[in-house]
Amino acid sequence: MAQITVTVNGTTEHHDVEPRTLLVHFLRERLSLTGTHVGCDTSQCGACTVLLDGASVKSCTVLAVQADGASITTIEGIAKDGQYHPLQTAFWEQHGLQCGFCTPGMIMSSIDLLRRNPSPSEAEIRAGLEGNICRCTGYHNIVNAVAAAAEQMRAAATPAHVN
Amino acid sequence: MYPASFSYSSPTSLDDALALLAEHGEDAKLLAGGHSLLPLMKLRFAQPRYLVDLRRIANLSGIERSAGELKIGAMSTYAALAASDLVRTLVPMLADAAAQIGDPQVRNRGTIGGSLAHADPAADLPTVMLAADAQMAVVGRRGTRVIPAQAFFVGMLTTSLAPDEVLTEIRIPLADAREGSAYDKCRHPASRFALVGVAASIRLAADGTVLHARIAVGGMGPMAVRVAGAEAALKGHAPTAEVRHAAAALVAAAVDPQEDLQGTVAYKRNLAQVYAERALASAVHRAGG
Repeated sequence: MAQITVTVNGTTEHHDVEPRTLLVHFLRERLSLTGTHVGCDTSQCGACTVLLDGASVKSCTVLAVQADGASITTIEGIAKDGQYHPLQTAFWEQHGLQCGFCTPGMIMSSIDLLRRNPSPSEAEIRAGLEGNICRCTGYHNIVNAVAAAAEQMRAAATPAHVN
Repeated sequence: MYPASFSYSSPTSLDDALALLAEHGEDAKLLAGGHSLLPLMKLRFAQPRYLVDLRRIANLSGIERSAGELKIGAMSTYAALAASDLVRTLVPMLADAAAQIGDPQVRNRGTIGGSLAHADPAADLPTVMLAADAQMAVVGRRGTRVIPAQAFFVGMLTTSLAPDEVLTEIRIPLADAREGSAYDKCRHPASRFALVGVAASIRLAADGTVLHARIAVGGMGPMAVRVAGAEAALKGHAPTAEVRHAAAALVAAAVDPQEDLQGTVAYKRNLAQVYAERALASAVHRAGG
């Protein structure tokens, strides 16, 4: 076993983990943060995307021990004071989801995308979400949602970077 | 999918990492970003008994210009390469390649050193390293040695890195003003690996003819290779569309693709032709030709 200390959604956690524990299983099974989904489990679909020190990563391809000392943000950590994150609101308002399985990963990737590029074009949004697969929507409303959130965040000068 | 059980260390110095490699021998594997190794471990294709994580060792990442070369720490991520003004300006084909690897999440974790040491035949960076004439700085218990890219890649998933050595830095000789480089690839639609990837570096003489060319191709055989015939076909000539077409035909003739779900041998040779022409056209354009 290895001892790790990670800050997850602002809370410091100390845990003993087997070195082979994947970050996604640590989040879901140890911390009961089941908003982060396991989709393909082969680093393709992006359903397991979380922020590791602010950068989007596929948590099925990160060992929990690699996150020792790091700060992690999951979908459960982005609403503030009972208010949805602008991306959550935009996905709702723009119908950016159908079954919702990919949505947490889409939103976490979008946070990183808007951190790097607060005013993305449609093409840049599509490229920025290349690591996330949706089998329902055809992506159209997801792209609309990210564009709407970007506009709203620029207007409100909300920092895209969430930790 | 869980990997098989293993022991794990994250040493804080290169000496400690080397000591662990010496102690555990063939049972140990180095872990960089983990985006080649962990998928293999999850599928149980790789079952190392000991992982030595390099993430806490200082000075293994970073990009800096010094004395005629660009020095890139082996732990630099693809995202860092793609976002680097130094890389974009001084080795544009490396920026081209880094920006096209995988997807944003993969680029946030995957590292140049990890990719090169893994030497996947469909990876992008080995091809670029060959066309860049890069030097691999490698540290072992016997000291440091520098391996030219052409001697570093020796076969499918195989490099000349010894099991008790660590790739620490990639050194790329810098171009002069009339040199241009480019990388272009046909991405596998699902995996984003290169069905074919071509890297070209072209140096022009004052009269606009090609002084020197390096062309490498990957994804179409067990390892990326330089294509000396195509390089010779450019040298001394003005790099017109006709000359580039002829050089690209030599790239297509040199590759050794296998027929699979993605296409026939003839289709893949045509891909090599098309992408070689594109890479050559961009490289010549960037060289001011």
